[in-house]
Amino acid sequence: MECAGSTSAMAAPAMPAISTFDPGRAWRLHPQVALRDESFGALAYHYGTRRLVFLKSRPLVELVRTLEEHDTAGEAIDAVAPDGERDRYVAALDHLASSGVIDAC
Amino acid sequence: MPAETPSLQDRFKLGLAAPICLTWELTYACNLACAHCLSSSGRRDPAELSTEEAAGLIDEMAALKIFYVNIGGGEPMIRGDFFELVEHATASGVGVKFSTNGTRLTPQRARRLAGSDYVDVQISIDGADEATNDALRGPGSFAAATTAMDNLAEAGFGEFKISVVMTRHNVSQLDQFEAIAARYGAQLRLTRLRPSGRGADTWDELHLTNPQQRALYTWLLDRPTVLTGDSFFHLSALGDPLDGLNLCGAGRVVCLIDPIGDVYACPFVIHEDFLAGNVRDGGGFTSVWRESSLFTSLREPQSAGACASCGSFDACQGGCMAAKFFTGLPLDGPDPECVFGHGEAALAAVPVTVRPTPQADHSARQPVTLSTSA
Repeated sequence: MECAGSTSAMAAPAMPAISTFDPGRAWRLHPQVALRDESFGALAYHYGTRRLVFLKSRPLVELVRTLEEHDTAGEAIDAVAPDGERDRYVAALDHLASSGVIDAC
Repeated sequence: MPAETPSLQDRFKLGLAAPICLTWELTYACNLACAHCLSSSGRRDPAELSTEEAAGLIDEMAALKIFYVNIGGGEPMIRGDFFELVEHATASGVGVKFSTNGTRLTPQRARRLAGSDYVDVQISIDGADEATNDALRGPGSFAAATTAMDNLAEAGFGEFKISVVMTRHNVSQLDQFEAIAARYGAQLRLTRLRPSGRGADTWDELHLTNPQQRALYTWLLDRPTVLTGDSFFHLSALGDPLDGLNLCGAGRVVCLIDPIGDVYACPFVIHEDFLAGNVRDGGGFTSVWRESSLFTSLREPQSAGACASCGSFDACQGGCMAAKFFTGLPLDGPDPECVFGHGEAALAAVPVTVRPTPQADHSARQPVTLSTSA
């Protein structure tokens, strides 16, 4: 009947961390996650957990899309991250790993 | 990266490529006649979207990457093609969350729902006991909803949702609602009563008192796992924000498609002032969402109006557009349920006779009786 401007998916209780992010391993977009491009970056929706997550920059979206093409997440980060920003991309992927958007191959 | 970009709230005010929260009322037909029905449902509209049109709309949602759709009504399970449409949506990558009064949720249908990965079910009750619930939703409705919940549990559906509209008469039952949800392993969802649809006629006597609002706020702060559909963001003016976006998403991240394909800014504003277009128009839903003059204007910076001098405006954003509109208040002023009482003062100055009348009234002409036959 109504949804009341709902973004309940975002407010859903955090899932337990599925994996600790290790940039030395290969990672991929979780097969149950879909991305939708938006002006600020993208929305990621996990059909399994019903969680909606926001990717707040285009380079981060590009990184997530190309993760699987690299042997390690670290390599994938090096391909997109400007000098000096590597740590922030590691932190962003760590967050996406804990919310299940990406998983280790 | 987060530190370099405007807040998501500011981004959302500019609108998105497609809604995050799309509500689709499948039918105005309903076998209940709830006193606060936001869509004044009862009778089926003869211009209702056909199965083919509905399926085409689902295809458009899939193309827009609308990840899930909130289906309601009326009572959506009344439509003979309900399962066909639900299954078409989920097969197309559009998850379904649907609200039902439970009267048509037979054991067989519960098993069918349990077999789907991408379907969430919300059973509506508006009282934790028969007397409180049925006073609002009609005789037999509590028993029917309970049977539906039993059927879902028996079918092994898993975690469904129990959806409650908060009223003056059920807000004292919060702990009982929580206990019912716990008994079923269900998630509790509480939403705000709006003066929309038949709610326009009952809001004055049903909406929460200010002390009740404060008690609810405290209860919710202690229970972040209780879902609210972001509907109580006006309460965030009381202190720590409640979970969620804390802004009016109408036309920005939210909209409503009604049973005849009319697109409104949100589920609570079925009125020509908030009608953006129709999915049967040439460009379909996509062009209504992206190009309609109404939605374009809602995505422009909004004035805080009379709330500009209030230190809590950033927290509550002036509250709910629909609540203001149907109580006759200016849209750039306080919410009628402003926790600081500014709305009450404003309301006192508005004669009830100048309140806008909700439109698309499909209320049954005769009292309805409950039928549990499928």
